[in-house]
Amino acid sequence: MIRITRKVEFSAAHFYHNPSFSAEENRRVFGKCNNPRGHGHNYVLEVTVAGEPDPETGMVLDLKELKEILQREIVERMDHRHLNYEVPELAGKIPTCENIAAVIWQLLEPRIKQGKLDRVRLYESPDLFADCVADGASSNGHGATGVRA
Amino acid sequence: MKTLLSRRYRFAASHRLHNAKFTADENRRLYGKCNNPYGHGHNYVVEVTLTGPVDAATGMIANLGELDPFVEREVVDAFDHKYLNEEVAEFQARVPTTENVAREIFRRLKPFPAAKLERVRIEETSKNSFEFSGDGPEAET
Repeated sequence: MIRITRKVEFSAAHFYHNPSFSAEENRRVFGKCNNPRGHGHNYVLEVTVAGEPDPETGMVLDLKELKEILQREIVERMDHRHLNYEVPELAGKIPTCENIAAVIWQLLEPRIKQGKLDRVRLYESPDLFADCVADGASSNGHGATGVRA
Repeated sequence: MKTLLSRRYRFAASHRLHNAKFTADENRRLYGKCNNPYGHGHNYVVEVTLTGPVDAATGMIANLGELDPFVEREVVDAFDHKYLNEEVAEFQARVPTTENVAREIFRRLKPFPAAKLERVRIEETSKNSFEFSGDGPEAET
C-alpha cells in the first residue's frame, strides 16, 4: 500500500466559548482563547490517501484531483473566514483543532473516490496539531516526520 | 475514525553515550564521537500525542492548560539544560540514547490523567527521530 500526502494552508479566525458555561468558567477553561473578539491562525492541513497505484497510471489518486478537492471543500470554505460564524459544519461546536480536523475528515471522506482517506493532520501552529486517522490504520507519525508546518 | 492531539515541546541537554561494561576501545568503536568523555548536546523536540474522546463541552481531547504544565514539570524542568547522564537519575544506570530518553519520557507522561498517552516522538536533531508507543517487552522496564 502507498500513502500520498498533499498539503494546503488556510488562515482563519476563531475563539472558544461554550454558552452553557458561565463567563468565569469560559475564562478558566479556555484561557486567552476565550477572548470574544477572536484571534487567528495560519492552519496547515496535510491530507493522506492510501491505496494501491493504478497499474495504468502509476497513481493512487491524481494529486491534481486531490488538490482540487482540497481547494473546493476546505480552502474555499475556511480560508479567511471566522470559524465560529461562517462555517456551518462547525455550528454548535467549539472550533478546536480536534473538531476542525474531524469536520475536514467528514467533508473529504465521501469525495475521495480512488484510494481511501487515511489521515487528516491539521496544524494550528508548528507545535500543536490534531490527527484524524482511519479506524485500524497505523496512527504513527508517517507523512510528516520532522516537517515543520 | 480516531482523533489524536499532538503538542511539541523543547529542551536542550547534554549527554554522552558510554557503557561502563564495555572497554574504552569498545565504547569508542560502538558510540564513535558520541563517546567523547566531555559530552555533547542537542536541542531536543518532544512530540507528545494523546488520544481519547473529544469532550463535547470543550471540543478538546485534553486542555493545554493542563497538559502544558504537566509536561513542563515532568519533562522540561527535569531535562532542560541538564547533563542527562548525571542529572536525571534514570540515566545513571542506562545509556541516554534517544531511544532510552523516549522510553523515559513516555514513562513520566503516562500518568497524565485527562487522556491516554498514545506516543512520544523525539527529534534529537532535525535529521533523526525516535518514537515510543509503550508497546513491546521493554515497556515495563
